[in-house]
Amino acid sequence: MVYQNENCFRLNDQERSYDIDVYMANGGYEIWKKVLAGELEPAEIIEQVKASNIRGRGGAGFPTGLKWSFMNREAPGQKYIVCNSDEGEPGTFKDRDIHRYNPHALVEGMMIAGYVIGASEGYNYIRGEFWEPYQIFKNAIEQAREAGLLGKNILDSGWDFDLHVHLGAGAYICGEETALLESIEGKKGQPRFKPPFPASYGLYGKPTTINNTETLASIPMILAKGGKWFNDLGVKNAGGTKLYSVSGHVNSPGNFEVRMGTPFKDLLELAGGVWQGRKLKCVIPGGASTAIIPAEKALEMNMDYDSIANAGSFLGAGSMIVMDETTDIVKVCRNLSHFYWDESCGQCTPCREGTGWLMRVLDRIIDGKGRPEDIAALKDVSGKIMGNVICGLGDAATIALTSAIDHYEHEFMHYVEHGCSIFDRK
Amino acid sequence: MVKVEINGQVIEAHEGDMLIDVADGAQIPIPRFCYHKKLSIAANCRMCLVDVEGAWKPLPACATPVTDGMVVRTNSPKAIASQKSVMEFLLINHPLDCPICDQGGECELQDVAMDYGEDVSRYTEAKRVVGDKNAGPLISTDMTRCIHCTRCVRFGQEVAGMMELGATGRSEWMEIGTYVEKSIDSEMSGNMIDLCPVGALTSKPFRYTTRTWELKAHQGIAAHDSIGSHIQVHSKNDKVMRVVPHENEDINEVWLSDRDRFSYESINAEDRLTKPMIKVNGEWKATDWETALQVAIEGLQKAVGNDIGVMASANSTTEELHLLQKIARGIGSENIDFRTRQVDFSADAKGFHTPGLATAIADVEKQDAVVMVGSYLRKELPILNLRLRKATLKGAKVIAVNPQAFKFNYDLEQIADDNGMVANLAGLAKAAADAKGDNDALLANVTATDTDKVNAEALINAKNSIVMLGQIAQSHADYALLTKLAASLAKNTDSELSILPIQANEVGANLVNFLPANGKNAAQMAQGMDAFLLMGLEAADFTDATQAGQAFKNAGFVVNLTAFDSEEARQYSDVMLPIALFAETAGTFVNINGNKQSFKMSVKPQGDAKAAWKVLRVMGNMFNLAGFDYTHTNEVLREVLDNRSTTLALAHLDAEMVSANNDSKVVMVAPYQMDAMVRRAPSLQKTPDANVATMVGGQD
Repeated sequence: MVYQNENCFRLNDQERSYDIDVYMANGGYEIWKKVLAGELEPAEIIEQVKASNIRGRGGAGFPTGLKWSFMNREAPGQKYIVCNSDEGEPGTFKDRDIHRYNPHALVEGMMIAGYVIGASEGYNYIRGEFWEPYQIFKNAIEQAREAGLLGKNILDSGWDFDLHVHLGAGAYICGEETALLESIEGKKGQPRFKPPFPASYGLYGKPTTINNTETLASIPMILAKGGKWFNDLGVKNAGGTKLYSVSGHVNSPGNFEVRMGTPFKDLLELAGGVWQGRKLKCVIPGGASTAIIPAEKALEMNMDYDSIANAGSFLGAGSMIVMDETTDIVKVCRNLSHFYWDESCGQCTPCREGTGWLMRVLDRIIDGKGRPEDIAALKDVSGKIMGNVICGLGDAATIALTSAIDHYEHEFMHYVEHGCSIFDRK
Repeated sequence: MVKVEINGQVIEAHEGDMLIDVADGAQIPIPRFCYHKKLSIAANCRMCLVDVEGAWKPLPACATPVTDGMVVRTNSPKAIASQKSVMEFLLINHPLDCPICDQGGECELQDVAMDYGEDVSRYTEAKRVVGDKNAGPLISTDMTRCIHCTRCVRFGQEVAGMMELGATGRSEWMEIGTYVEKSIDSEMSGNMIDLCPVGALTSKPFRYTTRTWELKAHQGIAAHDSIGSHIQVHSKNDKVMRVVPHENEDINEVWLSDRDRFSYESINAEDRLTKPMIKVNGEWKATDWETALQVAIEGLQKAVGNDIGVMASANSTTEELHLLQKIARGIGSENIDFRTRQVDFSADAKGFHTPGLATAIADVEKQDAVVMVGSYLRKELPILNLRLRKATLKGAKVIAVNPQAFKFNYDLEQIADDNGMVANLAGLAKAAADAKGDNDALLANVTATDTDKVNAEALINAKNSIVMLGQIAQSHADYALLTKLAASLAKNTDSELSILPIQANEVGANLVNFLPANGKNAAQMAQGMDAFLLMGLEAADFTDATQAGQAFKNAGFVVNLTAFDSEEARQYSDVMLPIALFAETAGTFVNINGNKQSFKMSVKPQGDAKAAWKVLRVMGNMFNLAGFDYTHTNEVLREVLDNRSTTLALAHLDAEMVSANNDSKVVMVAPYQMDAMVRRAPSLQKTPDANVATMVGGQD
């Protein structure tokens, strides 16, 4: 059987799960109180998080416990905990539902994380379009403040923590962690070059830890039930449950919280299977920045880092874009290229210039004016962007496209040779 | 120290130095666009990507700190592939309009493309076109050519301290522009032209006049403020086409003020005087030098024994000023002066104090506290202001005692209230005197406020500090008193006291004693004289221009050594002798630090104009004065240096405290009204700084 909703979504079936009383009736903020009472030391928390084997849920999959241990809690000066809820990756919409159904888990997770790294202030950067989640989260902060769980000298512990919400303005690049920091600072959202990394030079130049929403919202349960419990839910190289956003050509798209390593087949079934009785063509497993996996490989893989890597792609943020057999892959690439062209911050040369080039060549191919050398040019230009840019956006813009050409070059060739799609009846 | 290997060469470097600097030091070329040694690191152009062992992707040399044992290749196939990739990307949307681009021939994109670009582009899609911005009269924009290196943006933020340009928009549509359509008004704006690696920002006055490879470069010294910035005069066919900065780390670094960059336009002004002119029966006649000089000498000889006033612009060379005072004294006139904007000459009774700054220009950055008395330094001496700005960024406290709060480009404390400069400075001086137990009689009736005490404390605690008197103080009715108060403050706070020379050669004018030892000063002469001998001066150079003009008109005889033929000059002169302007003559300026900076002639003077020192030499001979047989400016300079004037100890000045607030009597001078040349530079005259009413910060 497929286990569902054991962690972030555990309250989803309850009325008004976003209210503090519901959260507290289900054991919420107990961990936070223990932390404040000194019953749970920061070192012990980091040990539990390491034991849980939770890897960053924003897409990069960096071990969270390790990331936290980079921060020197005792170092003097201001430090920050920042939650990345920008969730701009096409195909991803899991963090939105955490805000809607379980915002207090995130508040508690951020407060604990802040305590562990010695940050007395936190920022939650919410995607600009998420007005409703933004309101709910703001409300959650107010509730926590009224309950005395947030603010100065919380529960007489001597510890201060304050939480701010920052609503973005719609730029994809602000999901890149250093661009996000720039954006919070009121500057143009564009990535910083690294090093220095945020752990030494972050928000307002202070040491900062940035985690994804799902990561932080998982912390209270990890600490409540123990790192081992979380680890055992998952697979060897990745513990716990994972939220998967399933979209595209399925009957019931949505978010599903299942265990790491759940077979893709089962997840597809939860989403009602491929729509209109059609067959699966391929799937993008981790959001638009990950490589396309053809059906035959996808149906054999499990939803965890290693299995998807074996299938030739990346788990990313767990955002499945399912495509049925009638999908024109060239148009898919064109659509994605348009997105990256539009969302490039424009700062560094290869991404600023290269994404537009890719898009225009694809436009021309779809217009029926493709040339045989165009396909090699797409691969070549992609290669020239890859690795030469400041942040991951430029690299990401090439990944799905390159994999599409690898798997479906004949569809591109058909456009070039016949001036139309392989699906167009002549 | 760490050891780094670049292309097989082992180099010692400081840990944390950026790779590009280490490579530059070893003369290993790495292509770059966004990197500039005077600006922060952006790492956005990606042109300097190099191959670092152990890194899977190429790293930007400008943003990669060196570590011990690092092995770098700037020319491996991987590095070259990355560099060529970036080059191709930079060129796809570049218009490649080099044949009609002013940057052609001195374009960094063109140069680097020679090495890293392909002959033919394989990009066949539509190219980006970007609307041009109106950036004002000095900078011409062609934003389609922009490669988004953001050097201009960083210059504004980091150096000029005026965030006038920024990047708006995303992706391909990211644009460099002024946020709201407005001109670029910084007094240092021209530097963006130099910084722009491509033809996106070019010089509007220079635009479309010459191809840069046709230009001849001459070393020169800037002629419009006492900094003595090093410049290159670029000429074609003996015509000055433009002026650009020449790097000198101790003085102007790589920068140049707009005033010194664009004033060259007046060299080619329509109203240049190109022939000697004499007035015959009220009619002006062009004539030859012999005749004109004969008329001049005869006229002046007739006036000998009466009051002859001899005045010159402080932008004249040391040699010119020396010869002119020598003639004046030779024909028996002690009425010699250049201080046309000074009002209070009461300090002269005790002697003269040579203005200047003992602290080296570069060391102004190291000051911990500075008090400006009567100075809008930003417009008076822009380069010095940049150095002071750097000091403030490192935490220096700057206090300005001014008649009004000006718009400085850094944080400072401006004391500019209705009490007036005298009272405010006295309060500060009193606080310092109290702290040091100094019973200065001058300050007996002054009380220090709490703010004064805090400020005095800061000055006393500062390791390096300066009290400087600027142009506004020098044209103040209570100048002597302000100087004495400043001297007291400087003494009790252990600060350097500096009277800032403003014009290019005020220090030189003092050195050659171009001052009225027992004669009339500039203000007295402006009330009327029997005859005048003027050099490079106009009525507009005086605080009361109307009065000065009237005095010239009423004089019996006026010999005018001038580069310009104006209606006004025709009205009051009897002889007009055409003289060379700064790029047309050899000579020496003595700068604010007392550095004697000699320069050669860059271009021939226009028409029959001659270098003023040559004209004066002949005049000296015609007056039969001894010692006028110079053949070279060096000989004149040697004579000057052999007999320097003494300086006055400012602490011994005579001055009484006054209760009146005379601040409102100060006549402010806009930076582009300072001398006859800038007044005739058309592009500068179109900017806000051309007059006091529109000057940036002038009306706050």
